[in-house]
Amino acid sequence: MDTGDNAWVLVCSAMVLFMTPGLAFFYGGMVRSKNILGMLMQNFFSMGLVSVLWLAFVFSLAFGEDLGGGLLGNFQFVGLNGIGTAADAIPGLALTIAPLTFVAFQLMFAVITPALITGAIADRMRFGAWVVFLGAWVVLVYAPIAHWVFSPGGWLFQLGALDFAGGTVVHINAGIAALALVLVIGKRKGWPGDAMPPHSLPLTLLGTGILWFGWFGFNAGSALGANSVAAQAFINTHMAAAAGMLGWLLVERIKGGHATTLGAASGAVAGLVAITPCAGFVGGWSPIVIGLAAGVICFLAIQLKFKFGYDDSLDVIAVHLVGGILGSILLGVFADSGVNSAGVDGLLTGGGAALLGKQFVAVGATLAWSFVVSLILAKVIDATMGLRVTPDEEAEGLDQTQHAEAGYSYGDFGSMGRIG
Amino acid sequence: MKLITAIIKPFKLDDVKEALRELNVAGMTVSEVQGFGRQRGHTEVYRGTEYKVDFVPKIKVELVTDDADAQRVVDAVVAAARTDKIGDGKVWMVAVDQVVRVRTGEMGHDAL
Repeated sequence: MDTGDNAWVLVCSAMVLFMTPGLAFFYGGMVRSKNILGMLMQNFFSMGLVSVLWLAFVFSLAFGEDLGGGLLGNFQFVGLNGIGTAADAIPGLALTIAPLTFVAFQLMFAVITPALITGAIADRMRFGAWVVFLGAWVVLVYAPIAHWVFSPGGWLFQLGALDFAGGTVVHINAGIAALALVLVIGKRKGWPGDAMPPHSLPLTLLGTGILWFGWFGFNAGSALGANSVAAQAFINTHMAAAAGMLGWLLVERIKGGHATTLGAASGAVAGLVAITPCAGFVGGWSPIVIGLAAGVICFLAIQLKFKFGYDDSLDVIAVHLVGGILGSILLGVFADSGVNSAGVDGLLTGGGAALLGKQFVAVGATLAWSFVVSLILAKVIDATMGLRVTPDEEAEGLDQTQHAEAGYSYGDFGSMGRIG
Repeated sequence: MKLITAIIKPFKLDDVKEALRELNVAGMTVSEVQGFGRQRGHTEVYRGTEYKVDFVPKIKVELVTDDADAQRVVDAVVAAARTDKIGDGKVWMVAVDQVVRVRTGEMGHDAL
């Protein structure tokens, strides 16, 4: 074990964990004030439930010895049993960090991925239904796809598709699941006619800052060592966020007349999403091009929900699904084996279209599995316990009806007396 | 006695407060309110989607004065709150039958 590598990835794990509260505030600022706690809770709860499931058996499903066909891991690490400290403890990997560090790092990805979905179903999902969906989704959707792509035994890994930090596993996966859930749960009452403006953009910008910071852990940590690939991923991550912000603001200014703070935040996140699969495999100007493209294309993709009439409340599809697909495909164009010997060359770097083809397969497989299983899960939960709050509860807000709390209590009128 | 109520632009509150202080008014009450007049709200844009906002933030200033001072107070508020742009607000005045100071029980003019 290399203690420098181990220290770096431990720190990165904590940074990736911090992204989930960051995401909670990024989303929380965008909902109406009666739903702020509902949004924060759906995100924070993922840190609770997914962590326990991860230790219990989900890590094993994702990274255990392949059961056959590269589809799913076995149960060898149930309860993290027998994981030990050897460099080859996890099948197919030659780690320079402690195996438990790898477990912790990967856990934080499993925590934030389903949390990304919450932006699409904001303001209208029953908390109990979210609990069931979250737990089932991590087992049935996240674990298999993480195995396919991140585990050396996985079929997409074997195929040679590249995904440095989760373009397919995290962003496309969450984005297409969000679409499935939105199609089942339906539109918010009043959408799209009624204005539902963000109640606190300062919270959204604070959340964006936390996400940007944490993303260094997400992408540079995915080098699994404190090395030059990590440094390249770090630079790429930052440059794509910066260029994403510029791209979004540019089209916004041209089309709408103002450069908005929400646009700056959204563009930066779009750039971060798109660079995620590419972070350790590209170099030079590539992150700027990828970030700019993400800022422009994700902005334009917002209009899809109005065109097709689905209420993706906080634009998970436009930012994470579209941004994730864009990054995964552009990796086939810009990948450079000079940056990372574990990578290959893409279309523009003399590698031909081979990688591009594999990237399309990885994107298509992720879209298909995540959409179909998420749709079935949503339908089953809707038919049994109900996905959606009642119209009265929706009007009153999730904070009061789901959690019996208020996000904001102004003034002290002495009007609250203790009962019992 | 008169109750004078002024609806003004929020950023004009300091100017109005200073103008009233120069007239030695005894006090005032200020609240944050929302509403619209001829200005009819404004538009906001979030991620490229435009929304019409009907109620815009305003400040409401209320104070009770002697009949003799009332018109001077109104004039001072109007002069201080004016920007000559739409949405500057309104000031009105109504008669007040009685005023009581809670601490001492003084009534009418003595309570001001």
